Amino acid sequence: MMDQQHETTRRHFLTLAASAAAAGALPVVTVRPAEATPAMLSAAIHNVVGEAPLRIGKVKLDIPPLVENGNTVPMMVSVDSPMTAEDHVKSIHVFNEKNPQPNIGNFYLSPLSGRAQVSTRIRLADSQKVTAIAHLSDGSFWQTSVDVVVTLAACTEEVL
Amino acid sequence: MAKALINVPAKARRGDVIEIKALTSHIMETGYRHTAAGEIVPRDIITSFTCRFNGAELFRADFFPAIAANPYLSFFMIANDSGKFDFEWIGDHGFSTTASASLSVVE
Repeated sequence: MMDQQHETTRRHFLTLAASAAAAGALPVVTVRPAEATPAMLSAAIHNVVGEAPLRIGKVKLDIPPLVENGNTVPMMVSVDSPMTAEDHVKSIHVFNEKNPQPNIGNFYLSPLSGRAQVSTRIRLADSQKVTAIAHLSDGSFWQTSVDVVVTLAACTEEVL
Repeated sequence: MAKALINVPAKARRGDVIEIKALTSHIMETGYRHTAAGEIVPRDIITSFTCRFNGAELFRADFFPAIAANPYLSFFMIANDSGKFDFEWIGDHGFSTTASASLSVVE
């Protein structure tokens, strides 16, 4: 009984100590870049897709699989589409897993685009999965994901 | 006014799919970096890019801090008619810059 009492007190003390340490560490935590959570990523995707089914295919994401510098990573996204008035890509949305924010960019095309292909340069804060989702004129959503390994991460360095 | 660089073919055959490249100089400060003193560097990014051809929207993009500094974009268009491209970048703290280019379509 005495042992039980002692155990409880110690556990209580440890909990208190842990929360005190966490509180003390908080200002330090805020200066480190936050990381998008899986919940933030699914919320960002839900904002675009809503309740519509998300199918795999049609979209192609070209990013080098091994990136030396996460500050500028070439990215090309293309969609298999005839790009006619009846059947074209309305928009392409690119997301990441581990940057502080889940969004990378939204690209809105038109039938006049002729080819559903967009290139840009992005930042990756860590080795992670990048996802592209295409919204077609028939209302369907298609996605693809690629894994990228980053050796020098973006946005963690200090300024000055 | 920030510098913008546009690369569009001056001439194209009717029906050709042409590539449009647009680059502008901008720091694209993420808002997630901090100084040695621990202060957060405030966000300063371009948030939107629009390309119109003869007044009609051809291509538009929303940018987030995950777009690299000096944002570069490449996209495509079917050359149906001669005309003028208007490019516009809009960003934080009232940032705005424009550029234009023209295309002449031959048979």
